[in-house]
Amino acid sequence: MASTTTTGEEQKIDWQGASEPFKASYGKLMMWYFLVSDAFTFAGFLIAYGALRFSVPTWPVPDFVFSSLPGGIHHKPLIFVTIMTFVLLASSYTMVRAVQEGQQENKNGVVKWMFFTIIGGLIFLGCQAWEWNTLINGENMTIRINPFGTHTEAGVYQEGDGHDIVKGTTFEAGDSYIIHKHDGEWAPLKYNVIEGGKETDVVKEQKFGPKAFGALFFFITGFHGFHVLSGVAFLLIIMLNSATGLYEKRKNKYEMVEKIGLYWHFVDLVWVFVFLLFYLL
Amino acid sequence: MGHTYEESKKTANRIITILGIITIVEVAFALLGKGYIIDGLHFPPLIMGVAMIGASIYKAYLIIYEFMHMKYEVPGLVKTVLLPTLLLVWAIIAFGMEGTYWNKRRAAPNGTEIQVLGDKNK
Repeated sequence: MASTTTTGEEQKIDWQGASEPFKASYGKLMMWYFLVSDAFTFAGFLIAYGALRFSVPTWPVPDFVFSSLPGGIHHKPLIFVTIMTFVLLASSYTMVRAVQEGQQENKNGVVKWMFFTIIGGLIFLGCQAWEWNTLINGENMTIRINPFGTHTEAGVYQEGDGHDIVKGTTFEAGDSYIIHKHDGEWAPLKYNVIEGGKETDVVKEQKFGPKAFGALFFFITGFHGFHVLSGVAFLLIIMLNSATGLYEKRKNKYEMVEKIGLYWHFVDLVWVFVFLLFYLL
Repeated sequence: MGHTYEESKKTANRIITILGIITIVEVAFALLGKGYIIDGLHFPPLIMGVAMIGASIYKAYLIIYEFMHMKYEVPGLVKTVLLPTLLLVWAIIAFGMEGTYWNKRRAAPNGTEIQVLGDKNK
């Protein structure tokens, strides 16, 4: 710029570079705006989930769908996903500590707390892998087939499924069920409808649940899990850079740690809403 | 930031404790309201929904303002980040209504007129 030559140093005019009108560096500001756009992407997914959930008469009950724990424990609604939430919250806390150590320019502190954050991210991914594996291989849910249904009338089963249901088990309208596979074939159970407290001759078969459920679950938790995975990759890179002393030489010191910190907290923030919509409501 | 190291450490400890407690309360309330703790006890879905959404928004506020340091940013930055998300309020209302309409459309027999807005007949 021609006008800057008079003083001999660069003149700092807002919005022409060199100055920081928002008192935040270019990198941090752009991280914020990336997160805004990412928030809209996630909101798009979650709003689609809400609209499709409203659009069908019944929806799989989360307390029934997500009630398994590792070690063959069943019927413990919300417990496993609460553990996952706490793992992510804890890793958010260790990230805050890493940023604080960075502001103190304490290299060992940064590396230590970032290491804990990475461990948290990996545990979360491990939990998610277990959850997906249970749903895909144990319960045969796919993006097209949703075996989790809800009864719309009372009835009594004619046959058992080898799990919780035996011949003669009764159910009410609103009760949840899962259709199992036997020898690779879907085996929906037959039941007699109960009307006015009396068993009738009307025989019906369990139906599959709302089709969109599997696709929504896998795409939304998968998109979030992919954010966690890429977060772990960047945390690792930045932790190694910190450890080798790269940031000590830089003018803006440990700002990279602050930027990945913003990203990591955002991933935690998205989980708050995934947790709300998929598991709590 | 105008804060000493010890002060910000204390703040972080406080915030993570609050976030943890809210999460436990949320889960306990969800289990209680759906009758898993006391048999036969059920809260109305509206109360459950409002409580859960309220708690989640408060958690989001704590994460953004404390952990992401939004509290210490200049007002211009705060506005450019937070105001655009207000558009989502419209999107949530619009798509919620649209989903409900699809549901009614599906349930209605072929050719039946269905009322959507101001449905006071029911």
